[in-house]
Amino acid sequence: MVTVLTETSEIGVSAVAGDALWLNSADVENATGWQITAEGFCKDDVCVARPADAGGDYVRSHEVRGDEVNVSAFWNLMGKPTAASPRGDVWFLGAGADARNDALLSLEAPDFTLPDFDGKLHSLSDFRRKRVLLITWASW
Amino acid sequence: MFEQVCDEDFVILSVAMDANIEAARPWVTEAAPSYVTLIDQNHLLSSLYNMVNVPQAVWIDEQGRVVRPTETGGSIDILREFDFAAGGFKPEAAARAQVAKASYIDAVKDWAVNGSDSEFAYDPKQARSRVPSMSEDMAAAHTKFQLGQYLARQGRADEAESLFAECRDLHPDSWNIFRETTEKMDSGIAAGEEFWGKVMSLGDKQYYATIDMEGM
Repeated sequence: MVTVLTETSEIGVSAVAGDALWLNSADVENATGWQITAEGFCKDDVCVARPADAGGDYVRSHEVRGDEVNVSAFWNLMGKPTAASPRGDVWFLGAGADARNDALLSLEAPDFTLPDFDGKLHSLSDFRRKRVLLITWASW
Repeated sequence: MFEQVCDEDFVILSVAMDANIEAARPWVTEAAPSYVTLIDQNHLLSSLYNMVNVPQAVWIDEQGRVVRPTETGGSIDILREFDFAAGGFKPEAAARAQVAKASYIDAVKDWAVNGSDSEFAYDPKQARSRVPSMSEDMAAAHTKFQLGQYLARQGRADEAESLFAECRDLHPDSWNIFRETTEKMDSGIAAGEEFWGKVMSLGDKQYYATIDMEGM
């Protein structure tokens, strides 16, 4: 069992812990929202073409598990960072610097949802039509 | 300090960048703020808004547009002017910090009342020019940090620490990462030898960009 995390999701998938995140196509979509297609790695109208090397670095056919995609390799190919636990059983698919910079330069405030101290969730977008001073602090 | 300006047009979202909710809770209980206080255990805002320290602030208008990108929220960099013999900041530095804080609060109040007419609300061009740029290493640090916090909550402290050590190397300017992940004193404050060593190693480097407010 491998856990795949993003900033907004957590999912358990039946994959093998290791130094790459190989998932079957159903799990790819469940864990990432991306699909593996004949064109490559796709979401909405964006497709990252499958590299031509065909060396089995990105897609492979496992004799028991069937067709699998190296999600960590595709993620990095898109300029997005991945992180794995030292045991290789928990993966975090992160946001890339380019996407962050583009979002911040658009001046559209990135939305988020966080709990208050009673566990109730609040989103920045709940406060649309008000001016918001977003300010951080910490106990440390 | 901002309560009197909170009204139907203006709201404060105060976010604790604390992996440990219980460490932050007493501060909230004591202050009993009238504004919304959230907890960000994974420092998601550091990643989303490219934040590196507390307090940092972003001003967001009624349409969800940023009119002041991430910047210091009324605090200035006077740590190197701490007088260890006296056990406090040098009076001149403390006075400057007071001026900065007061001018920041005044600016927030001005914006709370006047909105886009406030001289402190940037136009889009100014705002874009003040967006701090994120490097690939910084993005990688945020990813490892969030995984590390997940592992720490699962009781996998050693694995978490190995990731945090990488984060500190990848994003050395982030005090959020450093102070959250280094040893705390009994007070819960990360202000031990390691912290002061890192502060003093800044030398003459200016930590925060100067902003258009008195004392800042």
